Amino acid sequence: MLKSLKWKAILYAAITLFAILLLMPTVTSQLPQWWSKVLPSEKIHQGLDLQGGMYLLLGVEADKAVESYVEQKKNSLGERLKELGIPVGKLEREKGDRISLEFSGAKEKVDNLLIQQFSTLHQLSPTEEGGIWKLQLILDPKEIEYAKKRAIDQALEIIRNRVDQFGVSEPEITLQGVDQILVQLPGITDPERAINLIGKTALLEFKLLDEEGNIDEALKGQIPEGDLLLYQKSPDPQTGAIRKIPFLLKEKTLMTGGFIKDARVAFDQFHEPYVALEFTDDGAKLFEHITGTNVKKRLAIILDSNVYSAPVIQEKIAGGRAQITGRFDMKEAGDLAIVLRSGALPAPVKILEERTVGPSLGQDSIRRGILSISISAILVVLFMIVYYRASGVIADIALILNVILTLATLALFKANLSLPGIAGLVLSVGMAVDANILIHERIKEELRWGKTPRAAIDQGYHRAFITIIDSNLTTLIAGVLLYQFGTGPVRGFAVTLCIGILANIFTAIYITRIIFDYITLRPGVKKLSI
Amino acid sequence: MELIRPDTRYDFMGKKKFTIWVSAVAILLCLGSFFFYGGLKYGVDFAGGVMIQIKFSKAMDVSEIRNSLAAMGLKDAMVQNFGGENEFLIRVEKSSEDFEEVSKKIQISLRERFKDQSLEIRRVEVVGPKVGKDLKKKALWAVGLSCLGILIYVAWRFKEVAYGLGGIVALFHDVIITYGAISIANIEYSLNILAVILTIIGFSINDTIVIFDRVRENNKKLRKESLKTIFNISINETLGRTILTSGTVMMVVLVLFFFGGPVIHDFTFALIIGLISGTYSTVYIASPVVLFWEEHISGRRRVRR
Repeated sequence: MLKSLKWKAILYAAITLFAILLLMPTVTSQLPQWWSKVLPSEKIHQGLDLQGGMYLLLGVEADKAVESYVEQKKNSLGERLKELGIPVGKLEREKGDRISLEFSGAKEKVDNLLIQQFSTLHQLSPTEEGGIWKLQLILDPKEIEYAKKRAIDQALEIIRNRVDQFGVSEPEITLQGVDQILVQLPGITDPERAINLIGKTALLEFKLLDEEGNIDEALKGQIPEGDLLLYQKSPDPQTGAIRKIPFLLKEKTLMTGGFIKDARVAFDQFHEPYVALEFTDDGAKLFEHITGTNVKKRLAIILDSNVYSAPVIQEKIAGGRAQITGRFDMKEAGDLAIVLRSGALPAPVKILEERTVGPSLGQDSIRRGILSISISAILVVLFMIVYYRASGVIADIALILNVILTLATLALFKANLSLPGIAGLVLSVGMAVDANILIHERIKEELRWGKTPRAAIDQGYHRAFITIIDSNLTTLIAGVLLYQFGTGPVRGFAVTLCIGILANIFTAIYITRIIFDYITLRPGVKKLSI
Repeated sequence: MELIRPDTRYDFMGKKKFTIWVSAVAILLCLGSFFFYGGLKYGVDFAGGVMIQIKFSKAMDVSEIRNSLAAMGLKDAMVQNFGGENEFLIRVEKSSEDFEEVSKKIQISLRERFKDQSLEIRRVEVVGPKVGKDLKKKALWAVGLSCLGILIYVAWRFKEVAYGLGGIVALFHDVIITYGAISIANIEYSLNILAVILTIIGFSINDTIVIFDRVRENNKKLRKESLKTIFNISINETLGRTILTSGTVMMVVLVLFFFGGPVIHDFTFALIIGLISGTYSTVYIASPVVLFWEEHISGRRRVRR
């Protein structure tokens, strides 16, 4: 009997040692060099509400991506029809993802074209009247799904890219559900900047100015055919108020940011920052063509429908480089470069949920959490000793071990500790006491009924075991459900509660038992100090 | 040491007529609060909106903050003290603009207006309306499933409908009382509070099971006694444990209440109410329900006077 006791004792001691080792990095930052090579060396992961940081839930408007895709198809179709020499009366995108087409002439040619090159477009209700065909084209539903999914995956990639370049330590970017992206940025000090960086669609477009059109007429609502009115937001240097300067532009986008190979911050002769763009080979050729055919005209550089600048094209630009200037400061220029480098989002993202905790509040919470745990631990430990005497000490050992094991498990699984999580820890300390009390009260009863210490312990554990499992299991059910349905700090609570309960079952039943066994198996023990 | 003498024989079950009335009144108060007092005050988690926690280095007057918000066009914004004279909570529930925009606007203009008073933005929460609705639905599911899961477990363990029913009625009692308490105390219903509700559910059943276990054991041992007597004996026997455990957990939660800080203050308040209700309901809700069922509904003639 004593021998199996020894093996058990060694096993438990090993587990305890392992747990303590797991916690060392959290307790001290002065670990010897060889530590990280052999043993886990991460502090307990603090939730965002403890270390400060930002939690951002973004919704990708994938429908808009489908619309752009259909728009692209429409343009492509228009060019093919022109090549085939088919006179087109109307070719428009309507109501989101339909294309409306009117043409005169050979329907078979159009049918062939559609089957060969636009197989994902299906015809709807073609009608013919006096030689003119009218029909609607819709995208195959599978293709729509595919376009949406691709947009979401791309958005995820691009946001990851941007966050990477922003330089946050340990960011977490994951897909939630079908079309939501969760971004967690611990320790962030400038949440507004992060939101701007992440949420920007960042579509860069180059359009020509319509220098013949009448801008005053346009401002009154008479915008010429094929033109577009956009604004430049320019802060007045004295008042800081934002002036909106209107520009009348030709609608056709000559080039987009998709052709950018690289974007960097550089400084001009006045030491003002600007963004230097380098195009891909195709982009360089296209840019050369655009600048070559439009010398002396003004080319507007537009980001997300805001005009950044509209310089005059002095000459054909062949090197594949361009500049974006504006009244930037270093940070703005840097962020713009990041966003251009990582590419435009295929669809706009909307911020569905934002939770930001400043670092000072986080520190406060940690301080209070530690204070609470310490006080409650001391109170409970004292109480157990006063009430159960020496057996109380045994229960206290189990309790302390409980806390150590819970924290160690958190560290091992890199789970997050949040403020409610600390509350959960405190709560499971209280409940751990329950298990010990059940056992101790039972042992006392058995002793009262005249059993020997050994028998009393046996019976006590036996009877209490079932009850402990029952009651802890029900709280576990609630905890697991809370984990499923909760997010962030609430999840932290669920995790610490559940782990605390499991650790509790282990320490209350097995650890205390082995100590009791050891004490009572020594010959000559007649009374139990309880 | 013995807090409770081993041979106490309080007639708990004898008092049940009185306590049922107490409970009934309490529950009516809670339900009344839901329907007439404005119901549950949903926090940003469930109602959507903007919540910003700010702190000044010195004491600040609430009306100054309200005025600057009104100047932005947000005269419906709620401002209240939070944890101290110089810390405040700003809440905007409805807006025609995007909530994220509103949050940005508030932060920028408050920083501008109070730039000499070292304003610190401690915490920001923005929840879109759709997300809020989603979370509300999830919360309902969580509570519902917990109750269901536990009911199934208890019914399986105790194999008799009466016990499962007793447990569930006690559970409902505790949940209603806790929700009622936060409604009356005007506490915001947030995800944290949901955590409390689920914890209370687990705890209440925890408590109930301990006593039911003992009743089952005594039922086998003391076949001659009436069920009412068995319940009394069982409760008396486990009294020591009940008081000790509830006492210790309460002690620990009180520590959190006083030292845990304003962020989890509401959380711990709700916990305290739930704990008290949970312990009470085990003795005076769950047990009477079982007794009632066995005496009047179940066909058995086990009740001997």
